[in-house]
Amino acid sequence: MKHPGLFAVAVAVLTVALLLSLPGGEDGASADAAIKASWTSAAPEWQARLVQDETQKACSQYRNAPPRDVAQAIVVRERASIVYPADGKLMGDWKKGRQLAQSGYGGRFTDYPPRQANGGNCYACHQLDAGELSYGTLGPSLLRYGRNRKFAEAEIKAVYERIYNPHAAIPCASMPRLGASKFLTPEQIRDLVAFVMSPESPVNE
Amino acid sequence: MRVRPSLAFAAVLTALIVPALALDDTERKLETYRQMLKADPWSNPGLLEADRGEALWREKRGPKNASLEGCDLGKGAGKVEGAFAELPRFFADAGRVMDLESRLVWCMERLQGFARADILKRPYSKANQEGTELEALATYVASKSSGMTFAPSLAHPKERAALKVGETLFFRRQGPMDFACATCHGDTGKRIRLQALPYLSKPAEARAVVGEWPAYRVSQGTVMTMQHRIADCYWQMRLPLVDYGSDVTIALTMYLVNQARGGAISAPAIKR
Repeated sequence: MKHPGLFAVAVAVLTVALLLSLPGGEDGASADAAIKASWTSAAPEWQARLVQDETQKACSQYRNAPPRDVAQAIVVRERASIVYPADGKLMGDWKKGRQLAQSGYGGRFTDYPPRQANGGNCYACHQLDAGELSYGTLGPSLLRYGRNRKFAEAEIKAVYERIYNPHAAIPCASMPRLGASKFLTPEQIRDLVAFVMSPESPVNE
Repeated sequence: MRVRPSLAFAAVLTALIVPALALDDTERKLETYRQMLKADPWSNPGLLEADRGEALWREKRGPKNASLEGCDLGKGAGKVEGAFAELPRFFADAGRVMDLESRLVWCMERLQGFARADILKRPYSKANQEGTELEALATYVASKSSGMTFAPSLAHPKERAALKVGETLFFRRQGPMDFACATCHGDTGKRIRLQALPYLSKPAEARAVVGEWPAYRVSQGTVMTMQHRIADCYWQMRLPLVDYGSDVTIALTMYLVNQARGGAISAPAIKR
């Protein structure tokens, strides 16, 4: 080789270029630096909300389309987070569930100290009861969800788990992990399950 | 079986009326404003804020008793016309990429001698309050690019870096809800409740909305700036209040304006 020095420089340049182009590499690092510098007046417990967990990191890095092995790791990790109500009952009160589905209260810095229980804010993204016209379309319509599934026992469990932690079924789902993040309690979640799955619920009229 | 024509008609009528009933009060007010603006573009209440901003721009104020007419928004000291269309950009004197609002703070500090803490005591107005000085100034400067198209510079490495960070932040999921900007603004034709959501990574949709800010919000009765718009999104995402003119809000603005490149500026527009 005529110019071994030049070759070494070329390899070094290529390596750096490759590292910089990797998702979550240099860009992720400078985004993290920007975040550190941009919430200087927030209290430490609030700043902690800006730190990503493993699942958030992976879903950001792959823009919600993780490769198979990463997706599998997310499913395993998130499934392990699911806690069921102590008495094992997964269907609560659909009327309470209906209220929870309407309420978007909770978690914003203007919501402290808490004045009421956190809500599920389901209508922000889903159609549920045909009588509620103000519903969002970020998530699928859940109109007649239970009826369409013949109110099957297995579906009740699946809905509970889907609300508690959607990543256990759909890695990098858009929906919040309302149970795993402790935003809602297992009791609140089973009220939501009843709203979606109970034959008496207006969702299934 | 034949459906009776009167029944079919009633069904069609119901299908047409029901979405109309779903329009809330704000939506109806918004429609009134749209009609009003069609008849007379000068009836836009956001223009009052632009006028107030122009007066503030020209007034000698602060410990240094200076006006902002010496402020360099990127096209030379005092040049306001078209400046907003090329922001955010790198400013050598500050050594960083700045958007309109962070540049205004810079000029108020440097030229007029105001303390940063005082300038930022009330950055955003609440519903039905009088607009803040920063809102008025931002509305004035932006309105002087109305009718022009976004043409942000990417000549400086720090401008390109800010764009990269902005893009990363747009897709970054975080907080108790796992939300990213892209959670709500990452697909076409979506709504939150009844509010339509622009797909901001799609240039055609970004071009239609990014140039509307600062905008007069009918539901609030005040002007909302891009800094405020982004801070409000983070509030909804259950994150703490982001600093005014921070690296994050500037980088996200850089991303949005680059997605909207070539799109028309219509600030101050009328929004929900």
